[in-house]
Amino acid sequence: MAGTGTFADRVFRSVLIVLSSTVILIVVSMVAMMVWTSLPTIRMFGLEFLYSGEWQPASNVFGALPFIYGTIVSSLIAILIAVPISLGIAIFLVEQAPKSISSPAAFLVELLAAIPSVVYGLWGIFVLAPFIRNYLGPFFQDYFGWLPLFQGRLTGFGMLTGGIIMAIMVTPIITAVVRDVLEVVPNTQRDAALALGATKWETTLIVLQNASSGIAGAVVLGLGRALGETMAVTMVIGNSPQITASLFEPAYTIASVLAANFGEASDRLYLSALVEMGLVLFLVTFVVNALAKVLVLGVAKGTNAASKA
Amino acid sequence: MNMRKLTIISVLSLIGLFALIGAGCSGVPVGSSDSGAGGATINIQGTGATFPRPIYQKWMSEYGKIHPNVRLDYQSVGSGAGQRAILDRTADFGASDDPMKDEDLAKAGSELLHIPTVLGAVVLTYNLEEVKEQLKFTPEIVADIYLDKITKWNDPKIAAENEGVQLPDNNITPVYRSDSSGTTGVFTDYLAKTVPEFSERITYSKQPNWIQGVGIGGKGNEGVMGQVQKTPNTIGYVEVAYAKENDLPIALIKNKSGNFVEPSIENISAAAAGAEMPPDMRISITNADGANAYPISSFTYVLLYKEQQHESKGKALVDFLWWAVHDGSGYASDLHYAPLPDEVVKMVEEKLSSITSNGKALRE
Amino acid sequence: MMDRNTHSRRKLVSGAMTLITAACAIAAIIVLVLILTYIAAKGLTTINYEFLTDTPKPVGEGGGIGNAIMGSALMTLLATAIGLPIGIGAGVYLAEFGENIFGNTVRFLADTLIGVPSIIVGIFIYTLIVLPMGRQSGLAGALSLAIIMIPIVARTTEEMIRLVPQSMREGALALGAPQWRVTWNIVMPAAASGIATGAMLSIARISGETAPLLFTALNSRFYNYFFDQPMASLTVQIYNYATGPFEIEHQMAWAATLILVGLILVINVLVRFLTKKKY
Repeated sequence: MAGTGTFADRVFRSVLIVLSSTVILIVVSMVAMMVWTSLPTIRMFGLEFLYSGEWQPASNVFGALPFIYGTIVSSLIAILIAVPISLGIAIFLVEQAPKSISSPAAFLVELLAAIPSVVYGLWGIFVLAPFIRNYLGPFFQDYFGWLPLFQGRLTGFGMLTGGIIMAIMVTPIITAVVRDVLEVVPNTQRDAALALGATKWETTLIVLQNASSGIAGAVVLGLGRALGETMAVTMVIGNSPQITASLFEPAYTIASVLAANFGEASDRLYLSALVEMGLVLFLVTFVVNALAKVLVLGVAKGTNAASKA
Repeated sequence: MNMRKLTIISVLSLIGLFALIGAGCSGVPVGSSDSGAGGATINIQGTGATFPRPIYQKWMSEYGKIHPNVRLDYQSVGSGAGQRAILDRTADFGASDDPMKDEDLAKAGSELLHIPTVLGAVVLTYNLEEVKEQLKFTPEIVADIYLDKITKWNDPKIAAENEGVQLPDNNITPVYRSDSSGTTGVFTDYLAKTVPEFSERITYSKQPNWIQGVGIGGKGNEGVMGQVQKTPNTIGYVEVAYAKENDLPIALIKNKSGNFVEPSIENISAAAAGAEMPPDMRISITNADGANAYPISSFTYVLLYKEQQHESKGKALVDFLWWAVHDGSGYASDLHYAPLPDEVVKMVEEKLSSITSNGKALRE
Repeated sequence: MMDRNTHSRRKLVSGAMTLITAACAIAAIIVLVLILTYIAAKGLTTINYEFLTDTPKPVGEGGGIGNAIMGSALMTLLATAIGLPIGIGAGVYLAEFGENIFGNTVRFLADTLIGVPSIIVGIFIYTLIVLPMGRQSGLAGALSLAIIMIPIVARTTEEMIRLVPQSMREGALALGAPQWRVTWNIVMPAAASGIATGAMLSIARISGETAPLLFTALNSRFYNYFFDQPMASLTVQIYNYATGPFEIEHQMAWAATLILVGLILVINVLVRFLTKKKY
């Protein structure tokens, strides 16, 4: 809409374009750097890198599977815990609670997202891990010990601890997006349902149905965050590259192996293997975030409220 | 309009607050070190092994009191990271317990020196509330635990060496270093020398091929120590100072002569006594001869280039190291390190005297 | 009869669901309160003047986190000085001129960048800045934080500027004002408080970042006022203390956490207070 520009207009716009270009420059050079650094392992192992489970830096054998597995499983645990709770919170805040309660409650939930990752890690080490070791773990092992899920060594540091910590961290994120999505569902839908004699919950179900793709987007967004979470997970997941069914056994994620080992990889191939995992993580979060955006936007557009998202 | 001003003011005041806190702190003389006389401040950064962190921090703190214009800093990020930092030249000196391998040395652009600073020991520490006695281990027991062949604390092999000790029927969780570590290097060097199966499957390395699914990893001596301390039924290997400072139990290890020995200063020194130091000072003293030699002992090294790029910096670093192995050695025993034997100090003196900048010796 | 039964059951389900959803919200708030009170209880005992101003000392000799507070403040400041203008500029462009291929690309990549794990930003800056420079530095740390900040600021700025009514722009343009004057003197002031809010939240966000600083700023035991040297930060110091073996350092980790979380909460509450009045 700018139209014919004077000289000053053109200067102004050029400055803005230059500033905006930094974003492109950063992302492009980031990808280029990672691809360049990871070329040795890409050449040497090809796709096998992604599904080989052998990780033996001392012998220059690099397979990323244990890290990919740890990243995915810990994130799924987080999502499994966080999604129902986040949905509950968002429904309560938007559909059920009066404004006088929902507004401060929403703020408090959002504060959970403001707490830094390293603080969650600290809390995880000294509060959550001992709790799982002394109470939660023994309980599950006593009653459900026949399930491979709950077998194994109970140290408090493992897949489940990482998953729970991440669940706490992504809950406010999912909640916030679901709230946005629910709020763009037009009130006429609620009024219509209520007028037809539906209860509050039945009305909510109808609203949820109409917002379902947006809710899916929120979940995917939360998944994206969980996949890339670094510090808190590094501090509680036990840092052991293995694939086991047990939730209590230690595991390792891509982000945490980068945090633990990137600084010391003096061997070209080792460095390349680490950065290639970083590249994989980058690409996955890239796809996941794009997917989330498409899903959320779908709802917003469908209800003529495209200003969000 | 009013609202906008208020917001902008609050943002500015917040930034101001942050800066003020910083500035307030900076006024305190304790922290500011550029107040010293003797000319410009010299910053020297070292990174590497976590094994000698307590003694290096002590040395730097004490040396800083005598030479306020030299700001020495040491960050313990692991021996592997120390070796990489000196190769990448992102630090003025690196530190490692495990001497660098030939192929890594070859990556350095110019000659790298190994300067031993103190002797230390790797100890086996464990978290067993039920057991009050000091446990005794043979190298085979330790290897088997990490090989997943001994999985219970009351395994007959452990019981055989520890008669009269009530061992619990709990799973053992071994803790190892998740990062590339000189402590691991010393530990696996010892077990690879003494137990063939360990040598084949796990190998001697700063980051060996741990059996997947066995144990948990911790980053740094700090990380392993922390894991052992926080988790019951664990066993881990750490630098002796870390175990002693935290009052965690330390196992007696059977040495080459067949005695169960403690990692005392005398026993660590005994391990170095018989060593034939090569000219480049890279040596392993694990599984040493000598009736009382503690078998998992090691020198710990500072890594630096023989040709220093900056004269003033290089000189300050050489002077510090000279001080460390002479005057500084007095602080060693308090922190559970053994000072270097006299003949090694002589060799260190020669090495330090050989360091140059622009071809000029930095110390006469 | 039947009908009434199903009706009351439907009522009951509805009531129960209200309770369950409320329980979810309460659970989250309880977790928040638990974490915060634990931090406060653990941290308060260690905080004193010496702790807040001193530098780290060898284990057992006391010491404090003064230089870490300073380092965090300096790096956050530099990151803000770099990140805010770029972020706001990009946001203005996106909102006012961004409906084209270039704008969509920038918008999409900014969203991508927001989702990039922060450890990858650290690796990027290590390769780009630390290796050529030959040492870790406050500059490298601040640049990492700026990279995290830019896309967040850009997107919130865009959103805030889009909220400015079109009629304001049209009015000014109709009076013959050039486009840049309209943006600079009419639109941006109107969106200023929103932009400032976004900026504050992004400052809060980067002051809590650890992963991008590990390989870039490293850590230091000194007060550093120059960005060419390694710099301490609260977050890295907390990480080092927390994963370490010394009880005394664990206490310092909690105390440092209290300071960090306190600052971040103050920013959040302030933002809340300011925006609440507006809407």
